[in-house]
Amino acid sequence: MMHTKREGEIRIPSGCAIAAVISKKGRGMTGEKIIESMKPMHDRSNGLGGGFAGYGIYPEYKEQYALHLFYNDSIAKEECERFLKDSFEIVKAELIPTRKIPQITDEPLIWRYFVSPLKSVLASLQLDEKEYVVRTVMKINTEMKGAYVFSSGKNMGAFKAVGFPEDVGYFYKLDEYEAYSWTAHGRYPTNTPGWWGGAHPFALLDYSIVHNGEISSYDANRRFIEMFGYQCTLQTDTEVITYIADYLLRRQGLTQEEMASVIAAPFWSTIQRMPPEEQKRLTYLRSVFSSLLITGPFSIVLGFEGGLMALNDRLKLRSMVVGEKEDKVFIASEEAAIRVMEPDAEHIWSPAGGEPVIIKVEV
Amino acid sequence: MYTIDASAFDYKTLNETIRTHDGDCTVTHCLGQRFIAAGMSGSRIISAYGTPGNALGAYLNGAEIQVHGNTQDAVGDTMNEGKIIIHGSVGDAVGYAMRGGCIFVRGNAGYRAGIHMKAYGEKRPTIIIGGKCGSFLGEYQAGGILVVLGLAQASDAPETASRPLVGNFPCTGMHGGKLYLRGDTSQMEFPAYVSAHPATDEDMREIDPYLTEFCTTFGYEKSDVIGVPFTVVTPDTKNPYKQMYVTN
Repeated sequence: MMHTKREGEIRIPSGCAIAAVISKKGRGMTGEKIIESMKPMHDRSNGLGGGFAGYGIYPEYKEQYALHLFYNDSIAKEECERFLKDSFEIVKAELIPTRKIPQITDEPLIWRYFVSPLKSVLASLQLDEKEYVVRTVMKINTEMKGAYVFSSGKNMGAFKAVGFPEDVGYFYKLDEYEAYSWTAHGRYPTNTPGWWGGAHPFALLDYSIVHNGEISSYDANRRFIEMFGYQCTLQTDTEVITYIADYLLRRQGLTQEEMASVIAAPFWSTIQRMPPEEQKRLTYLRSVFSSLLITGPFSIVLGFEGGLMALNDRLKLRSMVVGEKEDKVFIASEEAAIRVMEPDAEHIWSPAGGEPVIIKVEV
Repeated sequence: MYTIDASAFDYKTLNETIRTHDGDCTVTHCLGQRFIAAGMSGSRIISAYGTPGNALGAYLNGAEIQVHGNTQDAVGDTMNEGKIIIHGSVGDAVGYAMRGGCIFVRGNAGYRAGIHMKAYGEKRPTIIIGGKCGSFLGEYQAGGILVVLGLAQASDAPETASRPLVGNFPCTGMHGGKLYLRGDTSQMEFPAYVSAHPATDEDMREIDPYLTEFCTTFGYEKSDVIGVPFTVVTPDTKNPYKQMYVTN
């Protein structure tokens, strides 16, 4: 078999498609519509990656972390499972159900584990649960050859592959899952070869990112974030955005709005024209987290437990449209994708560069 | 009048179908198909319903396109002649590098409307945006006429309704052409190399035929539209890049 290059082994010198939907009432939606939404944006991808994240999909295991893994072979799987058994109580282990279709080939072994960290291990390491899960994921992804964790949150999951997104969604049978929010991505890789693990969403704990763009601050961001135990193994800019989200939201306790003000900070000239309180807030965030300013074109949707955040780079070098209908809010690279999900969507508008759109499920 | 249901077609088949039929043509159920009527010449009218995809009317060379809905990015990219009428709103970079013809948008425009419009001899492209515009309006404008009216739209989302007439950094790199803004512009900041002045009678005469057509097309009372002061922005110097990138 031909050796497929993994992300990180090669850098080729983007267009992508993103879409998302959330029910503010927390109502379940099958993956059918979000898969359909990617079809009119087909030409934004080139078949080298597609993926989805669904929130609220594992109600029967909502107390466990759902680890989704790619294995190159059964040897990698056996080795990794030994490690998982030492680290977690494994409540359930199973193959992720897929459909065999000609459009999706060369699939790795795709497994999921619903796990709880062992209390005794947490106590001896003096770590909280989430930090422990993050460290375990990092350890597997950097040290275990042939094993890769691509999803690790509670009651959510990322599903991704090499292929066009509409085929990837069908492959993973997403029409059989129900989620209160979905995000989707069609990939047109510009800098890396396109490997299953490099497809979007990138996910860590319950944070997931789908991204259209190519950030020019990748190395500056990577150098900063790697000081805090994150390891960027894939040379793709989306991975670093995911770790930045985890760092700012979970470890620093920032709000989503504050995170947006850090990564898509307004220009100093724009800040100067704002009211004093706002100037103070933005100056503080820009100064403290200056290395986490993300420059270059991007439009992203961040998924998290109970909500979504859409954000454009501050120059708005990528397109993004938002619309709504009843309890649902739709986000996509193109309005056509929203019209597929809801032909009668209302209040169609485009967020400005750096203007976060945050939608949360009402509690 | 020939009618095409676009729902079964990708952009290539759709555009081939439009091209193989002469005369006026109605395209229904557009959903993201790109390049509709790109490069089209002659006196045909193409009416589109639904949501056409990016680069609608790119390189347009004489035909008229009417869109009964919203459009996406790069409408009229490098168009040379003809007319594009949009009854909804338009995405980013409308009229990108446009060199002739006109674009009328009833609703709002995204970022970078009229980026790098140009003019030469008889060719003087014109864009009128009925609603509001995003940032970098008229970026690198080298010629032509860009008009923003700021008329409220019934379909506006609350997020759009609360926005100013134009976003940040209008006229960045402007070195030719004219920008007309309707209403209060006192809070707007322009680069040092452009100058803004209240529109003179002569300025208003220059856009009068376009405004008349705009109002007729979209059902506005012209007196309501011109009953509010306009501001005109033009470049100040023939060398706007002096010290912007290098001293030259």
